Amino acid sequence: MNNSYEAVGITENEYKKILEYLNREPNELELNMYGVMWSEHCSYKHSRGLFRHFPTTGERVLQGPGENAGIIDIGDNLAIAMKIESHNHPSAVEPYQGAATGVGGIIRDIFAMGARPIALLNSLRFGDVEESERVKYLVEGVVEGIAGYGNCIGIPTVGGEVYFNDSYNGNPLVNAMCVGIIEHDKIHRGNASGVGNSIMYVGAATGRDGMGGASFASVELTEESEEKKSAVQVGDPFMEKLLMEACLELLETGSIIGLQDLGAAGLTSACCETATRGEGGMEIDVLKVPRREKGMLPVEIMLSESQERMLLIVEKGRESEVTEIVEKWGLHAITIGTVTDNGRLIVKEGDRIAADMPAYSLDSSGAPKYYKEYEEPQYYQELKQLQQEEIKEPQDYNETFMQLLTSPNLCSKEWVYKQYDHMVRTSTVVKPGSDAAVLRVRGTKKGIALTVDCNSRYCYLDPRLGSSIAVVEAARNLVCSGAKPLAITDGLNFGSPEKPDRFWQFREAVIGIGEACRELDTPVISGNVSFYNETESQAIYPTPMIGMVGVIEDIDKSCTMDFKEAGDIVILLGETKNELGGSEYLSRLHGLEKGKVPTLSFGLEKKLQAFILTAIEKGLLRSAHDISEGGLAVALAEGCMEKGLGVDIQIQTKLRRDVALFSESQSRFVVSCSTEALTELQQLMAQQEIPNEILGKVTGEDFKISVNNSDIVTLKVKDMKAAWRGAFKCLMK
Amino acid sequence: MKAKVYVTLKKSIADPQGTAIQNALGKLGYSNVEEVRIGKLIELDLGDVSEGEAEAQLVKMCEGLLANTVIEEYKYEII
Amino acid sequence: MKFGVIVFPGSNCDIDCFYAVKDVLGHEVEYIWHDTEKLNGFDCIILPGGFSYGDYLRCGAVARFSRVMAAVKEHAAAGKLVIGICNGFQVLTEVGLLPGALVRNKNLKFICDTVPLKVEANDSPFTSLYQKGEIINIPIAHGEGNYVADEETLKKMKENGQILFTYVDNPNGSMSDIAGICNEGRNVLGMMPHPERACEDILGNSDGKRLFESILNALEGSLKNE
Repeated sequence: MNNSYEAVGITENEYKKILEYLNREPNELELNMYGVMWSEHCSYKHSRGLFRHFPTTGERVLQGPGENAGIIDIGDNLAIAMKIESHNHPSAVEPYQGAATGVGGIIRDIFAMGARPIALLNSLRFGDVEESERVKYLVEGVVEGIAGYGNCIGIPTVGGEVYFNDSYNGNPLVNAMCVGIIEHDKIHRGNASGVGNSIMYVGAATGRDGMGGASFASVELTEESEEKKSAVQVGDPFMEKLLMEACLELLETGSIIGLQDLGAAGLTSACCETATRGEGGMEIDVLKVPRREKGMLPVEIMLSESQERMLLIVEKGRESEVTEIVEKWGLHAITIGTVTDNGRLIVKEGDRIAADMPAYSLDSSGAPKYYKEYEEPQYYQELKQLQQEEIKEPQDYNETFMQLLTSPNLCSKEWVYKQYDHMVRTSTVVKPGSDAAVLRVRGTKKGIALTVDCNSRYCYLDPRLGSSIAVVEAARNLVCSGAKPLAITDGLNFGSPEKPDRFWQFREAVIGIGEACRELDTPVISGNVSFYNETESQAIYPTPMIGMVGVIEDIDKSCTMDFKEAGDIVILLGETKNELGGSEYLSRLHGLEKGKVPTLSFGLEKKLQAFILTAIEKGLLRSAHDISEGGLAVALAEGCMEKGLGVDIQIQTKLRRDVALFSESQSRFVVSCSTEALTELQQLMAQQEIPNEILGKVTGEDFKISVNNSDIVTLKVKDMKAAWRGAFKCLMK
Repeated sequence: MKAKVYVTLKKSIADPQGTAIQNALGKLGYSNVEEVRIGKLIELDLGDVSEGEAEAQLVKMCEGLLANTVIEEYKYEII
Repeated sequence: MKFGVIVFPGSNCDIDCFYAVKDVLGHEVEYIWHDTEKLNGFDCIILPGGFSYGDYLRCGAVARFSRVMAAVKEHAAAGKLVIGICNGFQVLTEVGLLPGALVRNKNLKFICDTVPLKVEANDSPFTSLYQKGEIINIPIAHGEGNYVADEETLKKMKENGQILFTYVDNPNGSMSDIAGICNEGRNVLGMMPHPERACEDILGNSDGKRLFESILNALEGSLKNE
């Protein structure tokens, strides 16, 4: 028996499975190909078994999970392609290039479907940015890397989120999401179909960089990670821009049967995946693959993860047509093989057969699938205990409130998003810093709204409920802009699936997402799993990032979160409860990360979301903003920032004052309306039985909150805004 | 003591900038150019230190800040 | 009137300029591929923003050798209008149609923001519909927009009234707060801010529209004079 299987991450049982597939011992190339393809990153062997919990179909779903990206119908023969993907491990060792190549990879997934990429978002998590210079270096590098790639290729980065928590000290998370637009009849898939059709290679030459990135992503980070360095590469957004334009132009010619990006596991995965989705077989010659370095071995060529490469399946006889367009863009297209129907993936080195295996056996359909053991961790029950006496009520609410507003998690992230070109393509109607980004769809009245969301503290304290909340919170963000939520893509970032308590978190999260998606009718159309985000046995908080898209039928009726005019009425929708558990207030001001996560009623949530959409549609609302981290007080402040307007708020409550201000009870919104619209709005609220409370008015320049007739927060909006805007910049100095 | 530090991408790492420049040179007629690699030149004045100290400092500077050895390599000259 | 938008490999604001002319102004516009040799029938040529040739080595350094640039020079020499926006401005300085150069922003970061500009001169075909001294808001999006020139050049530009736009709150370290300049002949404009991103209310701002309308005015005026 070939004992080197362990070196490529294959277990003894898996090796036996390979022997069954081949009826013989694999050679080194074959073994390495199984090694990368059967890694978690490519095969989802630990997670796939749970995906049945996700709703993945629906009237609007044109492409569900399993392709390069998911596609959802937005009407008028148009559809949105989207996907989120992690690049956590590379970003931890080389933040600029790690993040940049993450962006590059996800863009290729979108245009591989034939869609024109129109927007990028990202979701970032870092450790303690206030204490650690290393964390600052990572933040700086990751943000610059995302900017460097997205800005250069000319796709606006329109939204995202950045959060800090000690659990990410050793493992930052960098997830990038790309959204594209496509006409229904232009959808392409990564199919190698039509026997005799040509397999063409376009883009950058293959080098030794990025060897084994997929398996790199599937192990815990250790000191030895240094050894794996070559898995990080340098991104070339210029090359990708040419590649993207060339591919989109090629698709117009009708000569392209399918296309596939060369991402994790490079040529190996591109070949076996397209073959499996198509006719079943493929034959390629590694000597025809353009190489950057001399003397590269077949295994190096097949496993290289060099960036900015695509595989095209081209109708036989039309290769020169393809070459001509590709060369116009300054690139080369080379035929490296043909589609077959014998079910084999055959890799040749000139005349020599270097590998010969059933194509599907490499692909996730043939890879092993595990149902890991799971076990509820002890902390789960323990951390639910929280006594109100543990939380000392603040003396000075002005001070407490400002501490919260200027904390790394709640302060303005303009330092980050002003490094991203968020306006290129002149379609960004609502810019970063809002609940959701809104883009117009040129040539129609429509708009789309995009967001990415996850509160990982909730997900740690209660993975199932926390993950459900991530979904509904994303939907709330969209609804506040006037968009009907349509579908999600999920970036699931977790610790090691081989540890039962971590796998329990994963399982709970998947169930929680599935449940919320079913309730809101927002199917999961694509996603990514990143396991092994742990260092020296400290795992990250479970972080299932939810990227969501919604459609606005009439872009002129979209809504934003900022208060518009002094004199407008400010109304709270929903109910504030005694729910400080897991709140930002508890964490930041009291150093406690515990308690029960706020409860969630899908019934109330859906009722409120439907109401907001109707009210926006009827033009009754001047602003709408969902209440999340920091509670009601922070939501009110956020509404004041854009225009520098103030509010005069009176709250009558039986709750303790800090609870009234900072509780993160779910299903709540702050909206404002003109005095003229109030009567109609109140009728509508009564009709739809919407719990509501008129809080006060939008005013000129003071931010005032009184609770039970005593003023507890009195600030100048000007000062509040300056501190909130400046906090992050100050932190990064 | 003065020093020059050269930071370049490792040979195994693609250098997109170099490749683009090589193509541009090709278009200008320099088709004989087989490879272009672009790096950084960093000039330092280390003040009054011995050559041994300077060398020890340079290695630390390169490893710690000037180069990311994940993708880059460095060399230095003490003048 | 017919506008041409040059497309270099790596241009990415070409489509924004195209739509600003076509949809907002309602005039004819065509993309011009970088290896085009002749520019016949165009009234105004736009060099759009982006990262031509990846902006590798130096912004605009490779684009200046594109075949189309010789034609752009001829077009400018004939007194016809040329605008370079952002990367287009960088290309125009590299090719020598405009003085000075653009280097990395003072804070070493890419900046995307909407900033106030002061219109320094309205006696140009690009600014005639603005008031002199007027403050307008136009988006910027660049990493290398820090304008530098030697003292003599700056002095001469000031004397000639070649500085058309300055930043009210200098974001990138540009000398004399320069945001946009024209050549001595006043037919070639280079500016880092993006007027094409500020042509429609739905995008939050339409202060840039008057720049394009000024051009139309100038073109129509010159037609009448002919």
